Amino acid sequence: MTLAGSLVIPLLVGSILMYALFHGTDVFSAMTLGAKDGLKTVFSILPALIALLPGIYMLRASGALDALSALLQPALEKIGIPSETVPLMLLRPLSGSAALAVGSDIMSASGTDSFAGRCAAVILGSTETTFYVIAVYFGAAGIKRSRHAVPAALIADITGFFTAVLFVNLLF
Amino acid sequence: MVFNIIVVLLPILSLIYAALSGSLPALSSAVVEGAHSAVTLCLSICGLICFWQAVMEVMRQSGLADGLSRLLRPVLKKLFPTAASDRDTMNALTANVSANLLGLGNAATPAGINAAKGLQRLSGHTDASDELCLLVVMNTASIQLIPTTVASLRAALGAQSPFDILPAVWLCSACSVTAGLCAAKLFERLSKR
Repeated sequence: MTLAGSLVIPLLVGSILMYALFHGTDVFSAMTLGAKDGLKTVFSILPALIALLPGIYMLRASGALDALSALLQPALEKIGIPSETVPLMLLRPLSGSAALAVGSDIMSASGTDSFAGRCAAVILGSTETTFYVIAVYFGAAGIKRSRHAVPAALIADITGFFTAVLFVNLLF
Repeated sequence: MVFNIIVVLLPILSLIYAALSGSLPALSSAVVEGAHSAVTLCLSICGLICFWQAVMEVMRQSGLADGLSRLLRPVLKKLFPTAASDRDTMNALTANVSANLLGLGNAATPAGINAAKGLQRLSGHTDASDELCLLVVMNTASIQLIPTTVASLRAALGAQSPFDILPAVWLCSACSVTAGLCAAKLFERLSKR
């Protein structure tokens, strides 16, 4: 399973570039154009991270995060959810950069290859900033009543949280 | 709005808790560390994110992304019968889903907004139609095949093989999208009664 995971990227990159070359694409200029777009993405994350990370580090340094984890541990242990990931689950639907900041805090505090660290990574990789997406789409389309979009989207998020823990348990 | 609350609440809660538990001296170095790690984190995930975006741009320019759109079309037609009756809406919809699969957020959002506008026009209501709800659910449940941001984050923080979470992410995404779509379909039925 881990071998498959580590082979996917090199194989994918190799075959995409090969295909493009044989189809007469100007590969190098396309790549530099894309990389420039990537820079824009990264630099759009940076200001939010600078605003958020000091607060999250303060919360960890004050001991409040550990206290919260300890408080929730007995209840969460029964359903197998690592208590460190709770702040991430609460923030994930609300803010992408806050989730990224909290996720990186979990990974560095518990270790990237720890159970909690892996759960945090899978949660980040398989869920989205639900409320932001809903606001953007319905705002642009001029929708007044969102009907069942919010509950259905939140059911998807919660399923994502639980299956993340489940699959990390099964696969690692 | 959410940001305002989070940004203010975090330091206030930390101050109160630290004052009660006597860990106040640790706070000032936490501020420095947090601000510092925001920058180092961004710099260390920058390379992989940009490289992936570069590969995806090649994919777009070589026509591979369009190929993926064509592959998705029959499935999407079944899920979105109203959208299928309008060519522009259907094109925007397939472009949105394929860009989401590839993790091209910059391309996915404009296409998704066009699809949402198209669906709204076709329904003629200011209430979200069933298909618009489906579109939103598909966009709120991440279907990105290669989660590069997370992988770069793991690499930056010292993971042995940053991409080893891929199978778990795929299975998890598949479950959450399926659950979201089923929930949306169920709510559709209930609202018709």
